[in-house]
Amino acid sequence: MLLSLLYIFIFPGILFLSVYGLALEYLDRKLYARFQNRVGPPWFQPFADFMKLMGKEGIIPTHADKTMFKVLPSFAVAAVSVVILYLPIWGTNSLYSFDGDLIVVLYLLTIPTITFFIAGWSSNSLYATIGAVRTITQLFAYEVPLFMSLLGPAILANSWSVSGIAAFYSNNPLMALANIPGFIVAIIAIQGKLERSPFDIPDAETEIVAGPFTEYSGRFLAFFRMAIDIEMIVVASLVAAVFLPFWSTSIGLGIVIYLVKTVFIVFILALIRALMARIRIEQMVNFCWKFLAPLAILQILIDIIIKVLL
Amino acid sequence: MSKRVIIPLGPQHPALKEPESFTLYLEGERVAASNVTLGYNHRGIEKACEERSYIQCLYLLERVCGICSHSHTTAFITAAEEVAQLEIPKRAKYIRTLIGELERVHSHLLWVGVAAHEIGFDTLFMYSWRDREVVMDILAMLTGNRVQYSINTLGGVRRDVSDSQKEEILKAIDILEERTKYYIDVVTTETTMMGRLKNVGGLTHEIATKLNALGPLARASGVDRDIRRDDPYLVYDEIPFNVITNDGCDVFGRVVVRALELIESYRIIRYVVKNMPDGDLTVKAPRKLPANEATVRYEAPRGEDLHYVRGNGTEKPERVKLRAPTMANLASISYMLDGGYLADVPIVIAAIDPCFSCTDRAISIKQIDSGREGTLEWNNLRTYSIEWYKNHGFDAHKIKLSR
Repeated sequence: MLLSLLYIFIFPGILFLSVYGLALEYLDRKLYARFQNRVGPPWFQPFADFMKLMGKEGIIPTHADKTMFKVLPSFAVAAVSVVILYLPIWGTNSLYSFDGDLIVVLYLLTIPTITFFIAGWSSNSLYATIGAVRTITQLFAYEVPLFMSLLGPAILANSWSVSGIAAFYSNNPLMALANIPGFIVAIIAIQGKLERSPFDIPDAETEIVAGPFTEYSGRFLAFFRMAIDIEMIVVASLVAAVFLPFWSTSIGLGIVIYLVKTVFIVFILALIRALMARIRIEQMVNFCWKFLAPLAILQILIDIIIKVLL
Repeated sequence: MSKRVIIPLGPQHPALKEPESFTLYLEGERVAASNVTLGYNHRGIEKACEERSYIQCLYLLERVCGICSHSHTTAFITAAEEVAQLEIPKRAKYIRTLIGELERVHSHLLWVGVAAHEIGFDTLFMYSWRDREVVMDILAMLTGNRVQYSINTLGGVRRDVSDSQKEEILKAIDILEERTKYYIDVVTTETTMMGRLKNVGGLTHEIATKLNALGPLARASGVDRDIRRDDPYLVYDEIPFNVITNDGCDVFGRVVVRALELIESYRIIRYVVKNMPDGDLTVKAPRKLPANEATVRYEAPRGEDLHYVRGNGTEKPERVKLRAPTMANLASISYMLDGGYLADVPIVIAAIDPCFSCTDRAISIKQIDSGREGTLEWNNLRTYSIEWYKNHGFDAHKIKLSR
């Protein structure tokens, strides 16, 4: 009981997630700044931003749906935080694993996007509504390639749990080489999920101000930003668990390996973000369905063929 | 047919650097119709010029635009010198040309950054603005200021260019040319940028001519129009340079035109620096200019800048009239926006390199409760403001000034 509470609240639960989320946000911003030949923020900047937003007055627009407006940020944080319980942090075992938790993880990862949509919609503002509609359009574009890219490794590993997949690839590291197309698809799709350039279409600041978060301020905005930070950790952990087969049996080394893997993925994400211009929503949908989805299907085929051959 | 949503883009919006109102009628993500409203930033500079001497006007007109400050003063001072029938020294003409071209370089580099930011490519924005610092430093070295150069004066220029400064300029131009070539490479090969810029904001040759588009906007639609060649001022008739045109008729074409114009500007700067004649900087100019009038066209970085000056024998101009390039290009915006995507609106607006404060002609007063719109005459506005302050407990007439 006590251990469960420790897991949920301290490590790898909400405290670790928020601290590491802010750290990764710092890393992302610093890398982005260095790629752009800027100095970048000091290490405590995300934390300072968060504390400052917490202390600010949260204004709720008159026409907004007040209950939804207040509840949604916490809901988003809660949904993404739960995911970490099903992901392996050190070693290949997650805290609460069962067969089929891959589906639960993907389902829980969809919830923050849905909350962004509802948040924009219930703000009852023009820019927020357009941002909300773009969020949901984008969801339909990247979600299927992301699911399919994770489906391939799962078929090869013959397991529907993230721990099972991780365990299979830690025993057969060479098998992970077959999943490189899926890794590429997953990296691009999570860039869309995290709404970062070139897929920062829902909150394109020069077009629709801040998208779904236009009317948000104060602690509500702070929680949404925290949800995005935590989302970044969990998707990075998920991709690391499925595609990067490096593990250690000792806890200390295991955690270090885990940190290195997530930092590596954040590095790739920051690199993509710095290298590209924002594309239009219809270009995004075209790209996801014409290139990412076929690539993900190719991944599934590769995995099925390997499985049949073995 | 889906329902139309009306989106206000401006007067306050992250895509706009100055207040201006674009009302967009959206059908889904597409712009069905658009409406441009001017008049949030009128400053009455033309009127204020009539109260000031020619030299004072110069410093006022420099504030018309933060980017093309030299364009406005050069156009005005050339017109004033025509009024006074002054022939300024050759060296002064060369220095004016040099500053004018350096200004074009800094304006176009700034534009590249702004355009990149509008399509969410902040890395290019940061890089181009970093390299723009090179030319800003050169301008600061030559004139003492980064933005408001104040190098023109009636009858010549106020500062000389020394030999060591010339070397610095040439060195800086080499750096800039290399960087510009790199940016041309980036813009013409990067997939996401091509996707965002090609076939966006179409303006055909016929429409561009009909709507009287100017500057890079017109040249990107294949309209071969450049005041520097068509109606040479300063020393442009002596300098060899090409007028860049492009038949792309889209935002990508405008990027290419501006980028290649940068390369041409570097050529012009090299020529001017190497062929600068010796001589005086100024000729003696009278304080009172005769009753005469002059119109001058000047190729500012954004297009043709038109200044009209009428003297009346006193030391103040009787009428100063200026038409900034954005004013002429605004007519095209509404045409280019219609039928496009909402996502393309910022880059299409940015593609004319707008400068709304230079453009504003009048303030239109809109009463929100009754929806009435109208304009106020100067005297009525003055009476209105005095009344307004009286009603709020402040009466200017009661103030006694101590002598």
